[in-house]
Amino acid sequence: MLTGIRRVAKAGFVGFWRNAYVSIASVFVIMVALFVIGTSMFLDQLLTTSLTQLQQKVDINVYFVPSAPQTDIDAIRSAVEALPDVSAVVYTSREEALSKYRERNQNDEIAMQALAELDDNPLGANIAILANQTSQYESINLFLEEKRDQESAQNPVIDEINYPRNKEAIDTLTDIIDGVEFASLVTMIILILAATLITFNTIRLAIYTAREEISIMRLVGASNMFIRGPFMLQGLMYGLVAGVITLIIFYPIMVYLGPITAAFFEFNIFTYFVSNFSYIFLVLIGSGMALGLVSSTLAVARYLRV
Amino acid sequence: MIYFDNVSKLYNDGRSAALQEVTFQVTPKEFVSIVGHSGAGKTTLLKMIIAEDKPSHGQVFFESLDVHQIPRGKLPRYRRKIGTVFQDFKLLPHKTAYENIAFAMEANGRSDEEIMENVPQALALVDLDDKAWNFPHELSGGEKQRVAIARAIVNQPDIIVADEPTGNLDPIATYEVVQILKKINDLGTTVIMTTHNKGVIDELGRRVITMDEGRIVRDDENGKYVL
Repeated sequence: MLTGIRRVAKAGFVGFWRNAYVSIASVFVIMVALFVIGTSMFLDQLLTTSLTQLQQKVDINVYFVPSAPQTDIDAIRSAVEALPDVSAVVYTSREEALSKYRERNQNDEIAMQALAELDDNPLGANIAILANQTSQYESINLFLEEKRDQESAQNPVIDEINYPRNKEAIDTLTDIIDGVEFASLVTMIILILAATLITFNTIRLAIYTAREEISIMRLVGASNMFIRGPFMLQGLMYGLVAGVITLIIFYPIMVYLGPITAAFFEFNIFTYFVSNFSYIFLVLIGSGMALGLVSSTLAVARYLRV
Repeated sequence: MIYFDNVSKLYNDGRSAALQEVTFQVTPKEFVSIVGHSGAGKTTLLKMIIAEDKPSHGQVFFESLDVHQIPRGKLPRYRRKIGTVFQDFKLLPHKTAYENIAFAMEANGRSDEEIMENVPQALALVDLDDKAWNFPHELSGGEKQRVAIARAIVNQPDIIVADEPTGNLDPIATYEVVQILKKINDLGTTVIMTTHNKGVIDELGRRVITMDEGRIVRDDENGKYVL
């Protein structure tokens, strides 16, 4: 039994080496498949992360009238904080709003001059409200609208709620991301399917050239497992080598794309690649080896019947 | 040790037959030549023995074993009892002469010590000690056939089945191959061989079965090539 395994292993390695041309072709084809799989993984991660980040940026800002009494503002603030849908409320006082405005416009001469002309701080306080989920903004917005309706016309407290303005932009972006995610999913499924089929066929052709050998082995009285074993091992080796090469190729691509994705999506793909390396390693090497093993086993099975 | 009991092989159309009611027996240590025109059924007959082909009627026995009742999983074990030699050699192209012979022993589950001992002996028997590490494409036709014979005998089979072993060889190589088969037979192994070669038959002077259109038409001890 042990000698048998050792012989099968040796035959597998020798076969891999002596049929170098066929081995290289199979390795390349599996590499293409793995490249597609890897790319789809990264793309999916990129899209998911950017969607989450976009959702986190969404909030409702309530701007108060500058003359609003602090007690009324505090009342609204604590009422909002008490809502179960709300995850956080950030309060910005009138003074903070002014200093932020100054900071933002420090290079804008006209704005600074206009500010200097005024005796009083023209800005009101505001609160930024974060909901637990994007879908909850609607109800928070309704609650705030109600509050505003209850106010007396002479002494308004709430100046503006920016939700309706944000809503449209948020919806459009969500739609775009959903669309892109769906389209990329469909494309990737098609590509992965195509790559898998090409791998199957390449390995089948590679083994087709060995069908004569397989029939000779049967005539000499080799058992099916003894014939199949080396081919299965070679399939595994194709997958392993292809996986390693694919990872090596991905590395410089990730180094290059890291800063670009960081600037554009606020998600550094290189950091993701490095921190999830063991997962990516397992997925790529694993699917490569599975692809090689399954294709070669199926291909040999054809010539072992009779 | 080989017994054909009224064996017929019909083709799918149900009318033309490769073998018709063939009955004969081969006893141990015999050297049997089967002659006949192309299409006379010689190769089909040999394929029956190694269970590559199934009869439509009748039975083939190897000792007391009905060859075509052997389950598929047990076939490799059965085939190891038979050494096969073919006109087109059927060597593994990516293995050297030594490895081709060793493969038959590996498939048989022999130990490394046995392989290292027996393969050189088999190569010496066919006089190819110096070509052990050559690949088949580096060997002449006669040399390839001698490797094939070495592979066939290395597991010490009870019987050698040779299908036109000299079909692709020049007269000198033919002579060498026949001498080797004779030597193997003298050492106690049964040999069944098909051939077209009149010279080979006349030189051997052993039992000859003559076939025509799937039937056995002559069966002579110390036969001559008569067609």
